[in-house]
Amino acid sequence: MSALRAPFFWVLLVVVGGVGLLPILTGSDGTREDVFLVLMLVILASSINIIMGYTGYVSFGHIVFFGLGGYVAFYLMLNHQVHFVAAALVGGIVSSLIAFLLGIPVLRLRGAYFALATIGINEVVRSFVTNFDPFGGATGMFFNYQVYDSYGGAKNALWFAYDAILIVALLCTITSLLIKKSKFGLGLLAIREDQDASQVLGIDPSRSKVVVYTISAFFPGLAGAIFFFKNGIIEPGPAFDLLRSIEALVMVMLGGYGTVAGPIVGAAVYEQLRAFLITNPTFSSLHLFVAGFLLLLIVLFVTNGLVGWLRQRTPQLRRYLE
Amino acid sequence: MILQVQNVSKRFGGLVALDSVSLEVQEGEILGVIGPNGAGKTTLFNVINGVYAPQEGLILFRGENITGLPPFKVARRGIARTHQIVRPLGELSVKENVTVGACFGRENLSLKAAARVADEVLAFVGLAAKTDLLAGKLNVAEKKRLELARALAMRPALLLLDEVLAGLNPNEVSEMISSIRRIRDQGVSIIMIEHLMHAVMKLSDRVFVLDHGAQIAEGTPEVVSSHPKVVEAYLGDPQAALRLLEGSA
Amino acid sequence: MNIDALSASAVDGLMIGFIYGLAAMGLTLIFGVMRVINLAHGPVIAVGMFAVLLLGQNLGLNPYIALPIVLLLGLASGIAMYFIAVHRVINAPELTTLLATFSVNLMIVGIGTVLFTTSPRALSVDLGSVQAGAVTVLGTKAVAVLIAIVATAGLYYFLYRTRAGKSIRAVANNRSAAELMGIDSTWVLALSFGIGIALAMGSGSLLATMFSFTILSGTVYEVKSFIIVVLGGLGNPFGALLGGIVIGLLEGIATISPLPVGWVPVIEFGVFVLILLVRPTGLFGAR
Repeated sequence: MSALRAPFFWVLLVVVGGVGLLPILTGSDGTREDVFLVLMLVILASSINIIMGYTGYVSFGHIVFFGLGGYVAFYLMLNHQVHFVAAALVGGIVSSLIAFLLGIPVLRLRGAYFALATIGINEVVRSFVTNFDPFGGATGMFFNYQVYDSYGGAKNALWFAYDAILIVALLCTITSLLIKKSKFGLGLLAIREDQDASQVLGIDPSRSKVVVYTISAFFPGLAGAIFFFKNGIIEPGPAFDLLRSIEALVMVMLGGYGTVAGPIVGAAVYEQLRAFLITNPTFSSLHLFVAGFLLLLIVLFVTNGLVGWLRQRTPQLRRYLE
Repeated sequence: MILQVQNVSKRFGGLVALDSVSLEVQEGEILGVIGPNGAGKTTLFNVINGVYAPQEGLILFRGENITGLPPFKVARRGIARTHQIVRPLGELSVKENVTVGACFGRENLSLKAAARVADEVLAFVGLAAKTDLLAGKLNVAEKKRLELARALAMRPALLLLDEVLAGLNPNEVSEMISSIRRIRDQGVSIIMIEHLMHAVMKLSDRVFVLDHGAQIAEGTPEVVSSHPKVVEAYLGDPQAALRLLEGSA
Repeated sequence: MNIDALSASAVDGLMIGFIYGLAAMGLTLIFGVMRVINLAHGPVIAVGMFAVLLLGQNLGLNPYIALPIVLLLGLASGIAMYFIAVHRVINAPELTTLLATFSVNLMIVGIGTVLFTTSPRALSVDLGSVQAGAVTVLGTKAVAVLIAIVATAGLYYFLYRTRAGKSIRAVANNRSAAELMGIDSTWVLALSFGIGIALAMGSGSLLATMFSFTILSGTVYEVKSFIIVVLGGLGNPFGALLGGIVIGLLEGIATISPLPVGWVPVIEFGVFVLILLVRPTGLFGAR
């Protein structure tokens, strides 16, 4: 827990917490929606970073846990009147459980094979849910507004969802920091660098990978539960949207693979950029092209991402930017 | 007796890499392993430390059966090794590399205690000035020393050294030789695979000779270097024979 | 289930399977030679569809005459794509090349959406049809199958009988050893990438003679290609043809089976993941 005394922990708390408090202080609905989205992306990107950046396993289909958590929680709220907080927790736990069970066989695969398998798993679950009647099949499920009554009406429910996502984002990034600074995290980094050599050094890669995959599925599960609670409707397409998974990977790369701050910076910058491109008259129709072009530049020339680049350039900053 | 290898065989398809090999290592001993290229030396290490499970035979470490245990379990019991082709964790710092060894080795240290061990070991192998460098940026000689440091940080009872002298200049070789002596003096038993004959002959208490996966000779350096089968095996490889003659001269 | 309907759907599925196989061959060739999964595969197929459309509209070319031009365009743009997006990161971890090719995906879809919008297009090709009992075979499909077979045979000849092809196989087998033998691996990699892209674009052109399409249509075939490639063994072009036929047959038969059509992707992807886990070299993998 010595990580909690590190200067960076306070930087993290102040920045994420500060931005998170902005909508609460101003009470603005617009700001709240913007920050909600960024926080949700921070959760997705940070979770992917834990398995990909620390451990070297590219979980392309990580969005499956977002969708699963969302569906499980939505189902419980709609059909069994479970309270939102309890339903979200169950959603997160189910995501983790499924990650644990899938992880045992799938994490034996390496490199591209693992990446492909995670895409496959997402598609299996998506097409299964599309045909699964208890979850509403292809049309999904939706709340009638009475569901929100127990949370003081729809308007209050939106704020409630916001508070929840802020708390989960903080928990997720703090978990990411704790892992990175722990002995367990050092073992993960060793696995990322050379799995066979790490075994010779006394690390049990199979166990470490399954544990970290289970952790990395928990937060997207919670985020999915919160997002679809706020949305009031859940459908297979948006819940298991592979593109969103890939966007989160891009955020990790943009911010800095394997750093704690990277996914946060990446999510914020990516979302700002996307919002700018879509609303800008010159770029709006070309926004996909511009996004692709920027991604290519980053991949080819700024391999370490923004945070990695800053850390390389200014060693003095390293204590404040993990 | 720290290690007993009993009638161990390892085949890859039709290729017999180890053919009923038996050897023993005493506490505090340095055993040299020599043999022409492809004799099965590195396979022997891979079987001892669990990278491969042998098809036949037993491996006992301090009397306990470790045959077929995965490498991390073997490592935690106290067998550390270096690789012939160095395997630095490239994007981690030199100190982090060594800390990994200390953390997950025999003593299962906390991160803090492991960092102290790492500093000690890095000073011992002469890499103290490079602790914060990324391991991938070291030169070959430094990477070899890093391999050694990582293995030492695990506080092993038995150390397997796979050609730690290859690719070093004469100065670096004599430094490494004195490091290996000091490691043994701390009570660590050592098996070393080496091509550099004069070093093997100087360091080893006993020498074990492999050819085509089978033991052809074993004994003190003097006995082995005059053994007819050894000379014959090396005559197939004139350069090695020359080295052997130089070494015993 | 009656036998007429079964044979009709089986033949239909079998034929479409050849085209799936051709599309997947491009993906698997690139993977086999350089361990790169081309995430721009789908958009490249879509570009092939639009290429044949534009050549028809602007130069009045018949799709089958336009096809060789599309293949050449594919070869050239594939080589260009290799040097722009892949060459710099060819030795980097998988993630890097996945993202590099995905960025090309975004760029193609971005430009394509601006140029062509997302409203569906179609070629008007009618080669009549042949009737044999309950089975009706459309001329366009028969020709497409024929072309797929010729292309596969051509690829086989190229890889096993020509110098350039042998270099490609040498590089796929062991790049550093091939370099020691004096093979210029950079050009071999670029050439392989070009051939992979040409195959994908060619299959797009053939698909365009049968179905309507948009710039986003490639995605469906990209996902199918993944399944097929895994089925046939990652990196094995001829396994891909077999994999394509299996998937085509499966889909064809599924249309008349009691199983609701919605469950087909569940099975397809389930099999995909299972094969990766149990036999990552593919059902027809040589190794």
